[in-house]
Amino acid sequence: MAVIRDMMSAFELFQPANVEDAAALLREHGEQAWVMAGGLDSFDWFKDRVKRPSVVVDLGGIDALKGIESTADGLEIGAMTPLTDIVRHPDIRERYGLLQQAAELVASPQIRNQGTIGGNNSQDTRCWYYRDGWTCYRAGGNICYADTPTSMNREHAIFGADRCVAVNPSDTAPALIALDAQMVVQTAGGERVMDAADYFIGPSIDITRMTVLEPGDLLAAVRIPSTWAGATFYFEKVRDRQVWDFPLVNVATALRVSGSTIEDARVVVNGVAPYPMRLTAVEGALRGGSRDEATAERAGELAVRGARALRHNGYKIPLMRNLVKRSIRAEA
Amino acid sequence: MNFLTWGTDPWGQEVLIRISWDLLYVASALGILFVGAHAVWLAFFVKEEAQPIDEAALAGVPEKVARHSLASRVFHWVMAASMLALLLTGFLPVIGIQFPWVTIHWVAGVVLTLSVVYHTIHATFWLGLSAMLVGPKDISDATSRFKRSVGQDAPAPRKHGKYPLENRLYHHVITLTGGLVIVTGILMMFRIDTPLWARDPYIFTDPTWGMIYVVHGLSAVSLVTLVIAHVYFGIRPEKRWITWSMILGWIDRRHYVEHHDPEQWAARSEGSSGQR
Repeated sequence: MAVIRDMMSAFELFQPANVEDAAALLREHGEQAWVMAGGLDSFDWFKDRVKRPSVVVDLGGIDALKGIESTADGLEIGAMTPLTDIVRHPDIRERYGLLQQAAELVASPQIRNQGTIGGNNSQDTRCWYYRDGWTCYRAGGNICYADTPTSMNREHAIFGADRCVAVNPSDTAPALIALDAQMVVQTAGGERVMDAADYFIGPSIDITRMTVLEPGDLLAAVRIPSTWAGATFYFEKVRDRQVWDFPLVNVATALRVSGSTIEDARVVVNGVAPYPMRLTAVEGALRGGSRDEATAERAGELAVRGARALRHNGYKIPLMRNLVKRSIRAEA
Repeated sequence: MNFLTWGTDPWGQEVLIRISWDLLYVASALGILFVGAHAVWLAFFVKEEAQPIDEAALAGVPEKVARHSLASRVFHWVMAASMLALLLTGFLPVIGIQFPWVTIHWVAGVVLTLSVVYHTIHATFWLGLSAMLVGPKDISDATSRFKRSVGQDAPAPRKHGKYPLENRLYHHVITLTGGLVIVTGILMMFRIDTPLWARDPYIFTDPTWGMIYVVHGLSAVSLVTLVIAHVYFGIRPEKRWITWSMILGWIDRRHYVEHHDPEQWAARSEGSSGQR
């Protein structure tokens, strides 16, 4: 139980100045090492004394992991780039507005100053049973305390649950997936580049992790191709507190529209499953259709097909349906 | 090294969760150690004792002696496949190979359970259980066989019945561990969503669930050791005729006369109506 706050367990702190040193430290300390980006997720864990790593590798001093660069085919964003920089970057605002909208809705200005794109995408779930330190499935146990008749599971999953019903809380993740972004991961075996959609994993694959990152791995950068640059974007986030909060549900939609015809689409929803959920069936249904009320209605219905509510989160089904619907019919 | 894994429940109490996965490595090491030790034992310490073959007896024995019916063989290989699937899906994620394993695991568990139920009925009412019993004479035969294998004087043991003693003992150990893993596995299916019944993780208290997980885990890691030993014996050159009989259903008359006692197991021709 998390009973002691603001008193972290002792750990050895490393602040490498370059990626090579960070990678070497992670290799050396393996499962004992905790990778810290902006620290917003990390310090919650540490102060609650739920996670007690013996080694913390703070990436804050690695300049190579910060910054946004134009490439031959889009942008490359260092994993340690603060969200505020992403919100303010002129190229992102002009051509990849979906990411700018998503990043701007993350928490509060102070948190966006400190929080990073890598951290926002690699953060752990906010399931309070898990974060309170109980030995649930995600913590290596054999029960889900959020999936009981008396659980408080208003924020939990309506899709993709497999024993664990926690959801992914990232706002920028669905935007990156919708933009066909790629994640650059430094592993012991070298650099791995993967589609953003493949970066996130559900409990059926590994119930203790939200991403593919294993001990020793490091998210180095995010690459956004120009595929969707300048497309019609829509991002909406519904949260309990408008000042700052994690999403109950958010939707990131990118459309290529010619006249009133949708030529191509990406629709990604988060907060409903243990991973950001790309709605490929919806995208298929949209492709070639008219951008009108009927298409939006159909997309919304299709989006929630197969949803399964827990005791207290049934509201997420109409919420998700309506968000998807609005994202199709709305004018950018 | 830990033997058990403990956690904390919402009331702050320590609860048993499962065995420590260290035991998986111990079980694997034991299996490998046994294989190595047995191979060394056979190669360097056991004295070959040529089995006399009564050439006259060969003439009265069918060329192919039926040993396992088609039904028995199908059961064996279905059980083997499901057991292998269960061990792989259960333990690969433990050693870091992650994939969606839960559905494959419980489906394989259901296949194993059904095959064991079938085998139990088939063995009880069609094959008969007497061939699997172990009596005092089997123990004295085994003792004599061991003494003679290391060069000591001992009375000549009887030849085997249908199943050598070690096969019967292995079967009984597998029955125990397999039975435990099946019973606990069926109970554990109440913790997950399956089409078979509604999920209900509250049929037992947390400590009881902990015990169920521990028994399941202990049985499962024991099966790792047992499967390693079984595969080893299955591929040893001097045992391969037995393995082949589990594929083809019969053994040749020479192996029958050399290893088996007609008093305990009467030879029937492969394909005859009395084949079991």
